[in-house]
Amino acid sequence: MATLGPYHFSPYPTAIVEGVLTPPPGKGLLYNEIVDEEVAMREAAKEMLTRENPTIFVGPLIIYAWNEEAKEMAKLVREMAEVLNAKIIPMVDYRPKYPKINPEVEINPNHPNLTIWHNNIKACIFIGVHCHFANIALKIIRAETDCLTIAMCAKMGHEDAMITVRDQHPEDVRKFIEIAKQVKKELGK
Amino acid sequence: MGNNGTYSGVNKSGQKIVSPDYLLFEAPREKVFMTGSEAVKEAVKRASVDASVSYPITPQSEAAHLIGELWVEGYVGVYFRGESEFGVMSEVAGCSMAGARVITTTSGPGTLRAMENFPMWAGSRLPIQLVLMARGVNAPLTIQPDNLEISFLLDTGVMIWHAENAQELFDMILAGFVVAEKTDVHVPIITAIDGFFISHTRESIMIPPEDIALPPYNPYTSPTPIIDAEIAPGRYIKDPFVMKSNYISYATHASWQWEVRAAIERSRPYAKHYLKGLIEEYGDPEAELVFVASGTAASQAKEATRMLLDEGIKAKVVKVKSIRPFPHQELLEATKNAKYIMVPEFNIVGWLEREVRAAFYGKSNATIIGTPRVAGGMTMPPEIIYKDALKILGKEVSYVL
Repeated sequence: MATLGPYHFSPYPTAIVEGVLTPPPGKGLLYNEIVDEEVAMREAAKEMLTRENPTIFVGPLIIYAWNEEAKEMAKLVREMAEVLNAKIIPMVDYRPKYPKINPEVEINPNHPNLTIWHNNIKACIFIGVHCHFANIALKIIRAETDCLTIAMCAKMGHEDAMITVRDQHPEDVRKFIEIAKQVKKELGK
Repeated sequence: MGNNGTYSGVNKSGQKIVSPDYLLFEAPREKVFMTGSEAVKEAVKRASVDASVSYPITPQSEAAHLIGELWVEGYVGVYFRGESEFGVMSEVAGCSMAGARVITTTSGPGTLRAMENFPMWAGSRLPIQLVLMARGVNAPLTIQPDNLEISFLLDTGVMIWHAENAQELFDMILAGFVVAEKTDVHVPIITAIDGFFISHTRESIMIPPEDIALPPYNPYTSPTPIIDAEIAPGRYIKDPFVMKSNYISYATHASWQWEVRAAIERSRPYAKHYLKGLIEEYGDPEAELVFVASGTAASQAKEATRMLLDEGIKAKVVKVKSIRPFPHQELLEATKNAKYIMVPEFNIVGWLEREVRAAFYGKSNATIIGTPRVAGGMTMPPEIIYKDALKILGKEVSYVL
């Protein structure tokens, strides 16, 4: 079961049971603390650069080029992966995959822990996933794995991720990439 | 929306689109004298509603009928009569899945007939608005007001707001769409009133001009994908991960259920803003006798508070506007000086008393008394509340009842 975060701060129950809500505009969430967005971004970059097998889980809102922003975000995700030395594993769609998924090439919101277990992922970023499906996946990951979760959300954020930033559009992702470059330099990587 | 928070343009009905804050707080208002059902019509007229489905059941029939008039007048995009309450609630679900802003109404046994749909709405993250004009539900058949049916809805995963009067109903309907459609909320909203007491009585309410309206619903802000060629209606409902007997499937469904409950909790800051607080306080702030009530019971408790003051007894009313999410912290704060908490209700089971007891367990030393309680369509004269309060305080009852 969950090993990261405060006691009881894991699904069944979830963060909301502990009174943790999504951050207000301009702010991020670091576990149960509301912090400046830049602080959350810096911590997210540090975790991705220091934990094993960092992975970016990119969802349909980006991997399908349904608007101009999605196309731009897709390029930025690739750049982000290079800076963070991270793998990219897509969340292709939200349908349960039975009898099994291929955890080396995809993650599914209904059983995301399979992908994390199989690849021994210790830090991940969710980006471009519809909020409902990000939230159910984040709850399961929190319960079933020791993976640190980061959510970069275009809407209001995700209290079940351990680090959350909200209202993330291309200019914000560019800012994160710049912060990640600085942190990487500071870490001597 | 523009960068400065203003809106431009008109909706499909030709009304000027304004921000929710402007519509609810800033627009000039005119006093009108109307029934609760007519207040529903006026709210829907300003809500850029895409679709509504109706089915007759007293006391909500008139409100549903008036929404139909709005369709004739061009304010509602689609309107038709369902084949039953179950049909209605299923049909509005389809409209919502297709990206429409939807409202419908029901009452009493109709609510129970449609019951399976409410947790389905919630699990599907559909921001449907149901105006519930509550009435009795049990045999022998009754059409009298009674809010027992709210107790059946408490755990379906929907938000529930309880209006005290037609003014609150008008404002809650408009605010309800705004809050329910927030991406991190996006669950159904039930705006409840005690049927007949509000739906069929006439009172003065203040309403903004009819040529302005809420911004239309943008389905692309939904936390789930809207339907398209790949995602047929209810696709993720029909994919039966919970029918697979393995631990991972159980975990998925558990997570999904928690997520729906979490979504209701996320509505708190928005609801606080648009409802101007999840509770309302009336009377002496320091009073040791506190009535916790919702709906029309709050009105009667306010009158009893005035009567008690004539006797030199200080009391206060804490009106609960939002039942789901339940305002635990606000109630604890508002009753911190209470020695006695009375919960008057218009139903036999005392669902609000249960909620209050659960919220206060281990956190308050006040004595909680679930009284008075009326049912079956009876009114609750404030003298009854007054008399019970005097008894609890060990005082002589001087009013002639």
